Amino acid sequence: MDPIHDSARALARAVNARDASAAEIAEALIPHAARADAQLAAYLELTPELMRAQARRVDERVAAGESLPLAGVPLAIKDNMCVLGTRTTAGSKILENFVAPYTATAVQRLLDAGALPVGKTNLDEFAMGSSGENSAYALTKNPYDLDRVPGGSSAGSAAAVGGFAATVSLGSDTGGSIREPAAFCNVVGFKPTYGRVSRYGLIAFASSLDQIGPFARSVEDAALVYDVMAGKDPLDATSVDRAVEPTAGHLREDLRGVKVGIVKEFDLAKLDPAVRACYEAAYADLERLGAELVEVTLPTADYGVATYYLIAPAECSSNLARFDGVRYGLRVDGPDVGAMYERTRAAGFGPEVKRRILIGTYALSSGYYDAYYLKAQKARTRFAEDFARAFERCDVIASPAASTTAFKFNAKSDPLAMYLMDYYTIPVSLAGLPSLSVPCGAAVPDDGTRPMPLGLQLATPLFTERALLGYAHAYERATQHAQKLTPPETANA
Amino acid sequence: MSTTNPVILSSSKDDVVLTPELLAKYEPVIGIECHVELKTVSKMFCGCPNAFGGEPNTKVCPVCLALPGALPVPNAAAIEHMIRAGLAFGATIPPHSKFDRKNYFYPDMPKNYQISQYDMPLTVGGVVRYWLDDGRRGECRLTRIHLEEDTGKSTHVGSTDGRLAASTSSLVDFNRAGVPLMECVSEPDIRSADEAVAYLETLARTFRELGVSDVKMEEGSLRCDANVSIRLRGATEYGTKAEIKNMNSFRSVRRAIESEIARQIQVVESGGRVIQETRGWDEAAGTTHSQRSKEQAHDYRYFPDPDLVPIDVSADDVARVRATLVETPYERYVRYVDTYGIDTKRATQLVDDHVLAAWFDAAVAASNNALATVAFVLGDLARLANESGTHVAQGKVTPAALAELVGLTQSNAINSKGAKQVLETLWTDGGSAQAIVEREGLAQVSDRGAVEAIVDEVLAANPKVVDDYRAGKTNVLGFLTGAVMKASRGKANPALAQDLLKEKLSSA
Repeated sequence: MDPIHDSARALARAVNARDASAAEIAEALIPHAARADAQLAAYLELTPELMRAQARRVDERVAAGESLPLAGVPLAIKDNMCVLGTRTTAGSKILENFVAPYTATAVQRLLDAGALPVGKTNLDEFAMGSSGENSAYALTKNPYDLDRVPGGSSAGSAAAVGGFAATVSLGSDTGGSIREPAAFCNVVGFKPTYGRVSRYGLIAFASSLDQIGPFARSVEDAALVYDVMAGKDPLDATSVDRAVEPTAGHLREDLRGVKVGIVKEFDLAKLDPAVRACYEAAYADLERLGAELVEVTLPTADYGVATYYLIAPAECSSNLARFDGVRYGLRVDGPDVGAMYERTRAAGFGPEVKRRILIGTYALSSGYYDAYYLKAQKARTRFAEDFARAFERCDVIASPAASTTAFKFNAKSDPLAMYLMDYYTIPVSLAGLPSLSVPCGAAVPDDGTRPMPLGLQLATPLFTERALLGYAHAYERATQHAQKLTPPETANA
Repeated sequence: MSTTNPVILSSSKDDVVLTPELLAKYEPVIGIECHVELKTVSKMFCGCPNAFGGEPNTKVCPVCLALPGALPVPNAAAIEHMIRAGLAFGATIPPHSKFDRKNYFYPDMPKNYQISQYDMPLTVGGVVRYWLDDGRRGECRLTRIHLEEDTGKSTHVGSTDGRLAASTSSLVDFNRAGVPLMECVSEPDIRSADEAVAYLETLARTFRELGVSDVKMEEGSLRCDANVSIRLRGATEYGTKAEIKNMNSFRSVRRAIESEIARQIQVVESGGRVIQETRGWDEAAGTTHSQRSKEQAHDYRYFPDPDLVPIDVSADDVARVRATLVETPYERYVRYVDTYGIDTKRATQLVDDHVLAAWFDAAVAASNNALATVAFVLGDLARLANESGTHVAQGKVTPAALAELVGLTQSNAINSKGAKQVLETLWTDGGSAQAIVEREGLAQVSDRGAVEAIVDEVLAANPKVVDDYRAGKTNVLGFLTGAVMKASRGKANPALAQDLLKEKLSSA
C-alpha cells in the first residue's frame, strides 16, 4: 500500500480488508501534505487533528465489521464548504475568522463513508476566478510548473490532488471551476448534473449554477466519490429527488458505437497550434477507440460568457449581501450602520468580487432587469434547447476543457480575457449538464519549455452521470494520459 | 365615528376646522396591506420553533441566521395555510407560484434580502366581506395574498426614547427572523377609517377561525400599512396616495387614517398638492409625518430565488384544503342576524369568540330556539363563566343540557327564576336540566286549582292591599304576584298567578 500515490479505490479496499489502517494512511499523509503544501500552497488550513480523529473512527467502524466505500481515503475540501469547527473563509477576508458551526451535506456524506479530511483548500475569493489568483490569502501553484496557475476557482483542490497532497478532493463548479483547474493540473474533475449533489453548506456564489463535484487522479475514483455524495438532501430544496444509479464499478470500458458530438462553433483553429494538435489527437483517439464523430451545432455558443456574466453576478450580488459585519466575519465599525456596512464590505471583498456585485446589482436594477437579467434567463433556456437538439444526434459532446494550458501568474490582468478561459465550460453549466474534464495530453506553452497538461471536456444529457463517467473511463483506460506526466516537484515524494 | 364630527388639526399652522361639510366634499380612498404571522410549528424555511418571545437568539439556526452556505427549505404547512386563507375569501389559487428575493440591507434581516413573492403570489383575488358596528355591511376586494418571512427585531440602546436616532448601539434578536408571514394586499375599495377597521377585524377573525394565525396585535402578529388618498366625491380618478406605516393597533389604524384624511383635505383646501410618500404614524402626537418620498423609494431588485424551486399547487391540493373549510365568521354573523334575528351587537359578540360561537351553535342545534339560547349564553351563562374565570365551553354545562333548559322554559315547565337556579346547579355540578328540576322540585306549578288556592290565601292575608287595588291603585298587582310567588316558593307560573289575581280582584 502506498498512501500517497494509490487510488482511492485501492486505499479503501486495503482499509476495509484490514490490510492497512486509516490511522497509518493519516500518519503518512499529514507530514507529506505539509511538505508538498510548502511548495504548492494548495491548502489554506491543514486539519491533522480532524484527520487523526476521523481515522480512529474509521478504524473502529471497520473493526466493528463495517465496510466503508471511502475508508481511509485522504480528502481535501475546498474552503467554500462548511466543515464543523474549521475556519471556512471562501478565500475572502470578510470571513477571515469564521469558524463553521456545521458541516456541509456533501462533506458529511463523504466523512460518513470513511474519508479523511486533510484540510481546506485555497480558491478564488467566493469561487470567482479562473486562476486561483483572486484568493485573499495565498497563490496556489500548479504542481506541474510552480510558476504557473493551477486554474480556478477550485485552485487548491485541483493542485492538491494533482500534486499528490490528497487522494481526492471536493471542488465547486459554477462556470468551469472544477473542469478548468482539473485540465491544468492533470486530474479528472467532474461536475455532476445541477441538483445531483446537495449545496447545503456550500457558500453560494451563483445558486442556480453552483455544483459540488470531485477531483481525482482517475475517473473511477471520481465516480466513487460521486456515488457517495449524490442524491436528494432534505436541506437543499434544489437537490433533485431522483434515483442515483451507482457508477463506480459500473463504467463501460470501450467506446464502440458511441456517437461523439464535436461542436462546430468550437473551432480548434482559434487555438494555439500545440494545444490544437493535442485536441485533434484526442478526437482521433476517440475515433480509433470505436466512437463515431458527428458534427453538432451550438448556435448560441458565443453568447455563453455574456449570458453567464449576467446571471452569475446577479445571483452573487444578492447571495453576498449577508456578509455585512452584523452577525459574523469581518466588521469595520463606523458612525452608523450604513457606514459600518460600507467599510466592512470595502475592506472585506476583493476587486473581482466587488466587480461582480456591481455588475449583478446593475443587471437586476429596475429598468434594466428586462434587458439584462430576464434576457439572460431566456438565453439560458436556449442553451438547454440547443444542447437537447445536439443530443438527438450524439451520446456525448467532446470539446476542450480550456483553450490554453496553465498560464503564468499575472498573465491575464484583463478580466475579460480571464472570463474567456471558461468559454467551453460555461455553455454546459448554463444547461445544467453533467460534465467532466479528463487528462488528454500535454502541450508546451509558448512561454515555457515543459509540457503542461490539457483536459478533454465531455458532457452528456441531464442525469446521465453513469454514461458520462463510462465514456471518460473508457478513454482514460485506453490513453493513460495522466500517467504520462509526472509533477516535477513531487516526483521524488 | 368622527368622520361626521369636526376634526381639528392641531398640528396645522392655520388650525383649519374640518367641518362635516368639508369632509363630505371629499371621498377617502383606502387600500390596506397587512402582514399576518402564520401559526405553524416551525419557521418558514428552517426547523426552528415558530413561537413568540424567549431569550434573544435562542430560536435560531444556520438557516435563519443566514450563515454562509445555509439554504432555505419551504414549510409545507405555511403554504397550506395560505391556500386555506385564500379559499376562505374566494381567491383563486394559481397552479404555479414562486418565491422571489426582495433585496435591501437592514440589520435585523439576516440575508439582507427577504424571501417573498413578487409576481406570482400563492393566492390571487377574492373578496373580504365585513360588517360595521352599526350593522352596515361592506366588502373589499383582495388583490393578492403572498407568503414571505419575518425579520428579527432591533433594540436600540443608549437613547432615552428607545429610538435609533440618539442610541449608542443596537441589539438584534433573530428569534422572529424567518417566521412565516402572509401579506394581504387589498384593492382601494375602502372609504373610511371605520371600514378599514371593520375590514381588518374580519381578516383577523377569519384567520383565527381558520387556525392560520393567532392574530395577536400585542405580539405584533398582525401589522398593517394603509394607502390613503382623497378625491372629490363623484370623481372617478384616484388622487395621489400616501402610505401610512407604524400602526400597531386597530385603534391606531382608525386614528391614523382619520388624521391622514384630514391632513390631505387640509393640503388640498389650502391650494396644495398631496405628494406620493411614505408617512409614519406617531401615536403620541396623533399625526402622520413624512418618512420617505417616492424618489427615495428602494429599488428592491426582485428576482426569482434560485435556492427554491417553483411551487406547484395541484387541483387536488386545492380540493383537499377546500374540503376542510368551515363557515367563515362573516357567514356566521349573517346567519345569526338574518336567519336567527339576533341583534348585531350580540351576533358580533358571539362571532368574536369562535369557541363560544361553536358551543352556541351546538346548543341551538338541540334547542331549535336561537333567541332563547343566546339570552342564556350571553346572559347568565356568560356571567357564571366570567365569575369563575373560565370559558363557557370549558364549564360543566353541555350544549345539550342548555338546550334542555331552554326547552323547559319554553314549555313553561319552569319559570325564569327556576331556570336561573337550574343553570347555577348545572354550572357547579353538570348533569341534566330535567333531572335537576325534578330533584330540586323546581317544576313550575301551572295547575289552576293549586295556584288558585295560593292566590286565595294571599288575598285573605292582605285585605288592605286588596282594598287599595279596588280603589284604583292597580300597581299593587306586582306586590300581590310577588307574594304568590313567594308563597309557592317560586314555583307558581307567574303569568297564571297574575291572571287569577286579576280575575279575583275584579270579580268580588
